[in-house]
Amino acid sequence: MSNQAFVRTEMLPEQHPPATTVGVIGWLRENLFSGWFNSILTVVSLAFVYYVLSGILPWIFQSAWNADSLNECREIFIATWGSTEGHACWGVVNERWLQLLYGFYPSDLYWRVNLTLVVTLIAMAPVLFSDQAPRQLWYVTAVYPFVMPWLLWGGSIWGPLMAAAGFGIGYLAYRVLVPVAGSLVAVIGAVVLPILWWFALAGTVAGAIQGIIPIGIESVESRQFGGFMLAVLLGIVAIGCSLPIGIVLALGRQSDLLIVKALCVGFIEFIRGVPLITLLFVASLLLNLFLPPGTNFDIILRVMIMMTLFAAAYMAEVIRGGLAALPKGQYEGADSLGLNYWQAQRLIIMPQALKISIPGIVSTFIGIFKDTTLVSIIGLFDVIGLSNAIRADTAWNGIYWELFAFIAFLFFIVCFSMSRYSMYLERKLHTGH
Amino acid sequence: MTTLTDPPKESFRLSMLIYDTRYRSLTIQAVAMLGFMLLAAWLINNTIVNLATLGKPIDLGFLGEPASYDINQRLLDYNSRDTHLRAAFIGLINTIVVAVLGCITATIIGVLVGVLRLSKNWLVAKIMTVYVEVFRNVPVLLWIVLAMAILIESLPAPRDFRGENPEATLSFFDTVAITNRGVYIPEPLFSNSLGNIHLFGDSSLRFDVSLDLVAILIVLAASIFAIRKVTARAARIQAATGVRPKTWHVNLAIFFVPMIALLTLLGFHLGYPALKGFNFQGGTHMRNSLIALWLALSLYTAAFIAEIVRGGILAISHGQTEAAGALGLRPGKTMRLVILPQALRVIIPPMISNYLNLTKNSSLAIAVGYMDITGTLGGITMNQTGRELEGVLLLMACYLLISLSISAVMNWYNKRVALVER
Repeated sequence: MSNQAFVRTEMLPEQHPPATTVGVIGWLRENLFSGWFNSILTVVSLAFVYYVLSGILPWIFQSAWNADSLNECREIFIATWGSTEGHACWGVVNERWLQLLYGFYPSDLYWRVNLTLVVTLIAMAPVLFSDQAPRQLWYVTAVYPFVMPWLLWGGSIWGPLMAAAGFGIGYLAYRVLVPVAGSLVAVIGAVVLPILWWFALAGTVAGAIQGIIPIGIESVESRQFGGFMLAVLLGIVAIGCSLPIGIVLALGRQSDLLIVKALCVGFIEFIRGVPLITLLFVASLLLNLFLPPGTNFDIILRVMIMMTLFAAAYMAEVIRGGLAALPKGQYEGADSLGLNYWQAQRLIIMPQALKISIPGIVSTFIGIFKDTTLVSIIGLFDVIGLSNAIRADTAWNGIYWELFAFIAFLFFIVCFSMSRYSMYLERKLHTGH
Repeated sequence: MTTLTDPPKESFRLSMLIYDTRYRSLTIQAVAMLGFMLLAAWLINNTIVNLATLGKPIDLGFLGEPASYDINQRLLDYNSRDTHLRAAFIGLINTIVVAVLGCITATIIGVLVGVLRLSKNWLVAKIMTVYVEVFRNVPVLLWIVLAMAILIESLPAPRDFRGENPEATLSFFDTVAITNRGVYIPEPLFSNSLGNIHLFGDSSLRFDVSLDLVAILIVLAASIFAIRKVTARAARIQAATGVRPKTWHVNLAIFFVPMIALLTLLGFHLGYPALKGFNFQGGTHMRNSLIALWLALSLYTAAFIAEIVRGGILAISHGQTEAAGALGLRPGKTMRLVILPQALRVIIPPMISNYLNLTKNSSLAIAVGYMDITGTLGGITMNQTGRELEGVLLLMACYLLISLSISAVMNWYNKRVALVER
């Protein structure tokens, strides 16, 4: 009986997939022309993209860079392309970009702003990339809060040094008092003594030392601050200070202590219920009323305080979301290990809650940074305020696209990198599957 | 043998206030309360002393004084002899107008962009991504100022509409005039108008309600009520017999016939803008400031709403769609009965908080001179009367009122749709 095998014993060689389903054509078919509706959408979108690009690209590149006024730009356009429409007059950016970046900061002192930026980046490195940056950079971060204002505002070096000395006094008080009077008195001492030092003594001592050993750099007044630098300055301060305050507020709102909770809820809801512009009105008009008679401190500092409070309220809500999203088992686990409240928060709760709320935290940061432009309404010359001044200048009367495109570009770069960084951080901290 | 004895009765010692967790919370709260009250007392005392030095005790009397400034964009009657309170009220109405307009357009654009960002079409999805990123990452104030600049600088002046061969013509079939002084749109007019009701007499909060509008709203509500009845009846019949009667023609008739009859009765017609002298007359005049603010706020907020909508739809697991398919639902019904109700639960709370943001951002109107409550009460009134403290506090109170009522609505909705867990 012959063995009739109907089963093929050897494999056929693999065939190539049809040419229409792979490569460029396959991708196009799948993503752009997968049906009549999609095809129509694609064609319409292509037409739209062509329309936009055909307007923008010549506008950007067929432009005048060297001109002192809008009229000069128009003359160049007529001479070169025969029409004034559809060409950018980058002359305004070319002439005013330093002002848009630094405001009215003295031009021979620009190096100080640049140096501050460099120091800022170095100080931020260990915070942002804690696993890659060398540990010594933390020292830069520690001294940054004292170096930054000194570099920007200038003046005697002793002021910032004496401010820093307050922390030294606090530490010293703690170490001295712990063996003598117990930890509670030590903590109280470590809080009270530096406050007394800052409010009562630091100023006089700094003045006295300055009289004996004058070390300082040229001081710059607050009203000379402006431009994009002001936005970055306000943004950094508000962002840096709002996170710790926000964490405290969020914990207060989640706590069982009735009065503490009520105070936190009241503060958060009040700040979130009013627009930032009203808080800036408070900063510019009312804050001096609330303080002892004769107090008159810097407008930029007042704005910083209000923006920090504003940011902190939003931050608190974001972090509260993270705290609420943690499973109850985490709290119970921490309790069962015998950790006290602060240990549990520091070791178990906060690391996870902050990780969950990273997207929210970063989008609050971005929002705050964008909101720094509002200071133009209370009369500070940030980029928008400067752009209004430039547009009121007779030489540049009637220009708007070029200026606003430049400003939008500055903000876009910073905000977009922040959102990309948050994605990087989420990936880095992702410990699930 | 051991005997059980009562544990020794602990006497209360002062140190237990700090070291005993049973009492420590009381201590902390007492200290917090004390600190807060001291701080508040200090601030209030400073304020009183400062105000006394300035000779400006707290006094709301300025609200009754004549405002003597004009508000060019308004819904209610107002003239410069009216009081500051009336000006603030007009401003509040203006805030609400721009907020409502902005919320509507932002929702439409946002939902469209959010859905299109999920499109399988690569190009469309990318274009929408670019839109979202560009609008989200640039300050809203910049968009507002830019929109204002574009409107003023690039639109034709009213005189360009004049002459035999005008440089500019009316848009939308000769009904809308878009000029650099604002947009003139047709206004609804009633030749047999029912008149107005005057509320609150001659006070600063006087308010005219058009009876025509009330009639239209009543008829609309009645039609919608009837349509719901018809639909409910159809559902009952379907449940009993399995066959759903056709209702769309009845519904259309119920909706349109009474409305058209009412409008004919009232003599409804449109008043079109026409060029007279140096400017357009007739029609409703929407000033550049309103248009710029509206446009910028809606485009900016739409970018955020788009992300919320996208996130909401992505949050519904694919299994839901598949299960609905297994039950035999068509794609349309799957969307309406399965996906949307679940996605809305995710979408609506952040959406409302974005409406709230839009309302608060509308205070930036002051940058383009739109007279909202910040422009009237927080702007000109405050500058004229020098009453900063009262002005800012009232302004904050107004915004707080708006915010708290919006969050009350949100909390009510959240409670209604919350998943009931163990």
